[in-house]
Amino acid sequence: MEASTSGQIDAEQTFDKEVATNIRVQTEDFDVGQQHRWLSNNSPSTGAVVCFTGLVREFSEREGVLGLVLEHYPGMTQRALQSIVEEARQRWPLQRVSVIHRIGQLLTQDNIVLVGVSSAHRDSAFDAAKFIMDALKTRAPFWKKELTKEGSFWVDARASDQLAAAQWQD
Amino acid sequence: MKVMFFAQLREKLGSTDTEVDVVLPCSVAQLRLVLSEMFPQYKTDFIQGKALVAVNQTLSDEMQMIQQGDEVAVFPPVTGG
Repeated sequence: MEASTSGQIDAEQTFDKEVATNIRVQTEDFDVGQQHRWLSNNSPSTGAVVCFTGLVREFSEREGVLGLVLEHYPGMTQRALQSIVEEARQRWPLQRVSVIHRIGQLLTQDNIVLVGVSSAHRDSAFDAAKFIMDALKTRAPFWKKELTKEGSFWVDARASDQLAAAQWQD
Repeated sequence: MKVMFFAQLREKLGSTDTEVDVVLPCSVAQLRLVLSEMFPQYKTDFIQGKALVAVNQTLSDEMQMIQQGDEVAVFPPVTGG
């Protein structure tokens, strides 16, 4: 019995978490297909990939949103995302994790954020992706300013986002 | 001590940072009070729930003590994602 499980344990232990985590904060767009391939092409033990993409929507607190300007706190952003991914890795047996968040000016339908994870099983992949997204929404220092025909308006934080993040607390 | 501001706070205060005259170490709660006195017209913007405080790039609670040389930032609740 020992022999049959040791191979599996070794594979998990030798997994390099540094190489397996991709965190980027960037103005340019990202290629969802490329990210999905990177998450998938991991190891024969990969059984599930969940890849979430958030887009700029035409309505939010106001109708007629033309675009967004995303501000962030350079330095802290990377650190906050790193800590969220680290927490996710402690909770679920994850393989590759990718978190990409765009900054600067974006237009309706543009990609804003990507959270992708790979794992042996789908439950871990679904849960971890949602956890990372919920944590990012309340802990990563990004701020959205919506651009409309009437002017530009800072987006207010939502109570529903706080509740979503709170559900993961032990 | 230098305090940085982001987003709405940066725009309202018209500055990315300010020099705050405070005896260190001081708690995050004390810093909120000092900022409210410095900017009385925006004092409600500094209360807990309306502003988050990061010390050394980590979100901090009210009891957290700020030491000499710490990087301190105050900003509205985040809205990324």
